[in-house]
Amino acid sequence: MTKLLVIIPCYNEGNTLPLILEQLLQLKLPAHYQMDIAVVNDCSKDDTKWIADLYPIVVLDLLVNLGIGGAVQTGFLYAKENGFDLAVQVDGDGQHPPRELIKLIDFYEETKTNITIGSRFLAEGGFKSSFARRMGIRYFHWLNKILTGKSIYDSTSGFRLFDKSAITIAAAKYPDEYPEPASLVLFSNGGLSIAEVPVLMSERLAGQSSIGNFASIYYCIKVTMSMLFIYARKSSWL
Amino acid sequence: MTRIQIITIAINFILIAYIARLITKGKLREEYAIVWCVCTLFLIVFSFWTKGLEVMSKLFGVFDPPNLVFTAFIFIILIYLLHLSVVSSKSHHSITRLTQEIALMKEKMKREEQERKKA
Repeated sequence: MTKLLVIIPCYNEGNTLPLILEQLLQLKLPAHYQMDIAVVNDCSKDDTKWIADLYPIVVLDLLVNLGIGGAVQTGFLYAKENGFDLAVQVDGDGQHPPRELIKLIDFYEETKTNITIGSRFLAEGGFKSSFARRMGIRYFHWLNKILTGKSIYDSTSGFRLFDKSAITIAAAKYPDEYPEPASLVLFSNGGLSIAEVPVLMSERLAGQSSIGNFASIYYCIKVTMSMLFIYARKSSWL
Repeated sequence: MTRIQIITIAINFILIAYIARLITKGKLREEYAIVWCVCTLFLIVFSFWTKGLEVMSKLFGVFDPPNLVFTAFIFIILIYLLHLSVVSSKSHHSITRLTQEIALMKEKMKREEQERKKA
């Protein structure tokens, strides 16, 4: 029996959440899988919590808005405390179609990789995001290759499957703001294996990216710094 | 004693009284108050000892005594701001942990209550 936790971090996702939950609950997983869903309500101002409470799922309700990193980490803490074998992050805005989850699970079953990333660049078709964002992603690919020695094309993808050792690391320490690229350095420091699987992502059904135009430069600087510092922590230069 | 000395000394004592009041009312933690008390003591010393600034400038090799005041105080303020950033980061981390723990506990309580109702 493999226990899988689907972590859905939500900030004002009341419009898209029902659809994602319906799709997830109807998902056909391999027979020995037992799936639980945890919605992490990051202090939403809309009816997210009320909607989540209607479904037979776990609702983790944060009293203070922690941002995406702190919210996802709450899910990891829950997974660790309750002995889950696998955890997957699925965004509440509908970017990560639940049916694509099967691809991550199949890949994990074949290879037993510690972290399986659903990548939007290895697949044909689907939503591929704007030019500026692609440039940023190329930059992080380069930076990741230097710091981790691994070639990861979609390092900003939040659609990831974590095994038990990855859950342990993420529950103990997870970057709080824009955690996706930086956490790769963290996992690489811990000696975990990371792999990418092509998936089709859709444009978010509603809501906005947490990264606006003006914030994108701040995003690059902030993420670069946290990646360098996490790397330095391992190398114990400082 | 010159007029400016009397004014600065008076202001210093008001400042010390205000810091003491903040501590007794529990609005300021003692560890932060130490910095402020030391600062006011410095000011009082230099209010009484008017030659002090010139003596110190000569000691550090500063040509214009007021420049020593600006340089020293800007440096102290920067260090103190850095210290406050560290304090604020620490509180931020604590709040994150507490919020996560409360969310997990609330969920656990809800689950236990449901199980009790079933039984």
